[in-house]
This record gives sequence, C-alpha cells and structure tokens, in this order.
Amino acid sequence: MSRPEHLAPPELFYNEDEAQKYSQNTRIIEIQNKMSQRAVELLALPEDRPCFILDIGCGSGLSGEVLSDDGHVWVGCDISPAMLDVALERETEGDLLLHDMGQGMPFRPGCFDGAISISALQWLCNADKASHVPKKRLKRFFTTLYSAMTRGSRAVFQFYPENPQQMELITSAAMQSGFSCGLVVDYPNSTKAKKIFLCLFAGAPEQLPQGLDGDEEAHTVDYAGRKGSRGRKGKKERAPVKSRKWITEKKERAKRQGKEVRENTKFTGRKRRVQF
Amino acid sequence: MKLITHNMLQCHAKNCTKDNFPLKIEASEVAEQETEFNPEFIRRMLGRLEWKAFVSAAESLGIMGLPTEAPAESTEDEELLQLIHTALLEKQVIEGALTCNNCGHVYRVKKSIPDMRLQEDEV
Repeated sequence: MSRPEHLAPPELFYNEDEAQKYSQNTRIIEIQNKMSQRAVELLALPEDRPCFILDIGCGSGLSGEVLSDDGHVWVGCDISPAMLDVALERETEGDLLLHDMGQGMPFRPGCFDGAISISALQWLCNADKASHVPKKRLKRFFTTLYSAMTRGSRAVFQFYPENPQQMELITSAAMQSGFSCGLVVDYPNSTKAKKIFLCLFAGAPEQLPQGLDGDEEAHTVDYAGRKGSRGRKGKKERAPVKSRKWITEKKERAKRQGKEVRENTKFTGRKRRVQF
Repeated sequence: MKLITHNMLQCHAKNCTKDNFPLKIEASEVAEQETEFNPEFIRRMLGRLEWKAFVSAAESLGIMGLPTEAPAESTEDEELLQLIHTALLEKQVIEGALTCNNCGHVYRVKKSIPDMRLQEDEV
C-alpha cells in the first residue's frame, strides 16, 4: 500500500489536484464519511445535546458534515490551504483554521466537548523539516489538546500507523499528556477494511462509583485485634544459622541456581564428634 | 472566522503565556451568513464564553446591545438568545488580522480562514 506520508509534507501533498478528489471522487467521499460516522459513534456524545467539537485535520470538511448532521457545532483545522479551499467551496457549516497541529492547539482551556480526527495523526510521525522532532511535536500536540478539552470528554483519532513502534510512540505521547487511552480496531482480520481508532479520555471518567448510603451500622467493622505474631509483615522467619534447616535451604537455593550440590543424607548438618 | 472561534483562540507563540487572550480583531471585510438558530446550544455556551472578550469583539464588528454581564444559562429571553446567536455564529470576519496584545504577533485572516501557523523559531 502506498503511503502519502512518504511522498511529500501534507501542505504540499494535498495540492489542488489531490484536494479536488475529496469533493468529486465518490469512493473517497464514501470511505471518509463511513470513518467519520464511526468516529462520532465512538465519541459517545450525549444524544439530545448539541456539542462544540474540534475536528483536527478536517480537510474538505467531510467529517464535519457528519457532525453538522447530528446538530453539533464544530471548528476544523488543517495544514493544507488547498483542502480548506475545497471546504469553503462546499460551504461547510464549521469554522476553519489554517494550522499545523504539531505546533500545538491555540485554544483556551476547556473549550471543546470532544475532538475527532480522520486520517491525520500519522502525518505527525514525519519529520518533514530539519526542526521537526516527531516525539516533541506529538507531545506538544497532545498536551495542548488535553487542556483545550473539557473534563470527561473524549477524542477519537482514526489513523494509519505504519508499524507497532509508531503506534507506541503515539500512545505513549498521549498518555504522558494526561489522557487515558485505548485502541479500537474494526475488522482486525481484513487487510482492506481494517481501521484503527485511538480513543482518548480527558480527565476523570464520566461516572464515578456511587458513595454508600442507607443503614450505617450494618457496614461498620468491629475491632478485630492483631493476628499472629508481632513480627514484620511479609517476611518468613529464618532458621538459625548452621542448623539442619538452614543448610538444606541453602542447598536448595544453590541447586536452583544450577550449581553442583551434594544430595542430602542423614549426616547433613550433623556436628562432628569431638576428637583429641 | 466566527466569533465563537475567536472566543476560544489564544496566541500560542513561544513564551507568550500571559495576556495572550483575546486577540484583537482588525477586520477589513465582514459578512453575515445565516445559520440555524439553536437556543439550547447558545444556552450551553453561555457559561463557557469569556463574556467581556465576546462583547468587545462583537462591538468591533458592529453588533451592539449585548448586556455587560453574561445572562444566566437558564435564561428564557428568546430575543437576547437570537442576538447572541447572530453575534456568535452568523457574523464572520472574511479579511483582516488578529493581533496578540502581549507579543504583538499578527495572525492574518484570509477568505475567512485565520492562519494560526507559527514561524519555526516561534514554536
């Protein structure tokens, strides 16, 4: 499979020709649309409430249309001016920004109820300029994204990792930034239909366990007293030095280490008689 | 660029951490595009907006009559919500610039898209 990341940086790869495909090629539109729908499904937004969503790498606004259909308001950012021009042509409802996500998200804390991104994250693993360090750019991206989201919200990224190392790089950067994360793989056994979604959770989970309530006394615990000896916890008592038990234990240990050890006999650990 | 986006944007240039919000709007072309009015969404956003920044930004684009204090989220005043909707989601800056009060960085707005990219030495 060809990888566009290997051909040119995103702002150059998505030129006018490439961008046109995203408004005319029905196959591309259908695939993008399906992935967006799945991403929004994974976002698990509250059903009857309109939300404010960030679309990272919105391109021509295909993913945004899915959000608009559900009644949400969105802001999209993309690095390719040509793709944004197509989005303007298509008259998408969301607001657009020209931005490189590796430079961090320029938003106030706690703005968005969620974030989605379709086929964009793998571009961050590239170093297209001398000043680009993928690890640093990922870190910067995730930390600024984390602060821009409200507590308890989710971010879903559909992306194409090139190899396990890249996946590791991305997930570790996300976790260092404070997200808890998980991967969802759709159709893992099909090479064509396989899609990988990175789900990030910002802050505490939405539902905390309930505190106990009701009959108070039933849940109190009586004083139970100390159990067993007063020695240190967790340590076995040692046999006295040079006793038969101490010697057999020592031999066991040596045997386990693969050393040559004499078998135990009835004379093992016996004292010699006093000789004149 | 709509004012809802403006209300979320802050300058993110290197070492610019104080007083980097709001960005000053200098608009040379403004347009209005009608969108669907959703009172519930506006109500939800009331708590999240920086109200002062929003009012001054709206006034710079020619929308007067917004109250100085943010209305409560439970407000039932349809007329006020409609006005906020117009300012927040319908008024757009087509051409212009956003300037940071602190470091003076200028973000250009072209064809209603603000260019938030930084130079390499500003990251």
